[in-house]
Amino acid sequence: MASRDRLTQQVSHLQDEILLLGQMVEQATQKAMDSLRTRDTRLAREVYEHDLQINEKRFAIENAILILFATQQPMARDLRQLAAMLEVSTELERMGDYAKGIAKVTLRLGTFDIPIPMQELDDMARLSMTMLQKSLQAFVDGDHRLAMTIPQQDNEVDQLYNQVHHKLIETMIANPETIDQVNLLMWVAHNLERAADRVTNICERTVFIATGEMMEVDYTDDESEDFPDEE
Amino acid sequence: MDENNGNQDIAIESRDLNIYYGSFRAVKNINLKIRKNKITAIIGPSGCGKSTVLRSFNRMNDFIPACRIEGEILFQDQNIYAPEVDPVQVRRRIGMVFQRPNPFPKSIYDNIAWGARANGFQGNMDELVESTLRAAALWDEVKDILKQNALSLSGGQQQRLCLARALAIQPEVILMDEPASALDPIATLKIEDLMRELAPHYTILIVTHNMQQAARASDYTAFFTMDDDRAGMMVEYGPTEEIFTRPRDRRTEDYITGRFG
Repeated sequence: MASRDRLTQQVSHLQDEILLLGQMVEQATQKAMDSLRTRDTRLAREVYEHDLQINEKRFAIENAILILFATQQPMARDLRQLAAMLEVSTELERMGDYAKGIAKVTLRLGTFDIPIPMQELDDMARLSMTMLQKSLQAFVDGDHRLAMTIPQQDNEVDQLYNQVHHKLIETMIANPETIDQVNLLMWVAHNLERAADRVTNICERTVFIATGEMMEVDYTDDESEDFPDEE
Repeated sequence: MDENNGNQDIAIESRDLNIYYGSFRAVKNINLKIRKNKITAIIGPSGCGKSTVLRSFNRMNDFIPACRIEGEILFQDQNIYAPEVDPVQVRRRIGMVFQRPNPFPKSIYDNIAWGARANGFQGNMDELVESTLRAAALWDEVKDILKQNALSLSGGQQQRLCLARALAIQPEVILMDEPASALDPIATLKIEDLMRELAPHYTILIVTHNMQQAARASDYTAFFTMDDDRAGMMVEYGPTEEIFTRPRDRRTEDYITGRFG
């Protein structure tokens, strides 16, 4: 008879919940991008609804983990895994906030006529969501080798961010009266860039579960989080 | 205590239970509803009366001459202390596993068969022995040595044998008095897993000094302590996950955080 069946089952259930939360974040991000592309304010409001559900699920996961800490005395790998899940659920919840931030831009822009560098922004969203899927798979599989390769792709997201940034600056210079609206689009790019950074944090937690080591898995030279490279 | 559950969810219940040893009131005013097919743990410091209460649930205290009970213990709408109730019948339906494993100095097989036969079991004894040993997660370890003396088993195996023996008379409730306190951590976890497997079919009430065990293994937890007059009393009772994450009473909080005394 394998001992600690109950703890094992509950940890595995929580992994499913984390995956589910990840899917919710993906859908919210996708919907936020759709709302921006089609300038659909109804869709943008739906993202707000998603965010409430994401917050609720995150609290439910957090509560379940605290109960396991209190009642099951997890040790070693179990302990690291549950502690990591607390972190990951927080990261996911923040990524949900970024999606909401993008939806907010859709609402603020309304029908204002402005060129949006949609191709690059969509690429950023697609890349960061692919990174998210992979990182969560590595997380639940405990695959720290895979986890360590994912943050490399953050460089691509950063490059796209820089392209968008240049384009938006040019728009501002050409049409100074649109500065407020262009600034909103800067926020969209910023949120997508930050989302990819959160994925890196998730990967670091996977490494922590497997090895017990807390380390930065970062391939960029610039440590500054708020100021991506401007070449 | 949450009172939302109807009585159909309650296996056994104490009402205004007071237990005296001579003139000393050992526990007072215990109103405790034990839920069917759940694991309920009683925790609390030494001398808080938890074992005394547990033993009153199948009239084990009858064996202590100076012990006197006030109040009622209701089992299937019947007060088990009513004059017309036969305590032997009570113990048949409400079984008990003790702190130290106490197998009879007989074969493993006879440990199961003897109690069952004494209780009038007339079916296929081999089948009963196998099914109860399986239920107690012991079958694979002893199936080839059934004629061997039970005392040759390890402590953890002996305790599971005692559990199998209790199961053989097909009780509805199983009382466990510190069932793992004499066992090593692995044997302890085995007993806990076993309790979890048995819970869908039985109601389990366990007394334990080991707070972590109560937290791990039970669905509901009752916290007992000693009042100023040294009588044991129940402070708080609720779902285990609530008792161990957000107890309502300061005394419970102090005890489970190790700040007692």
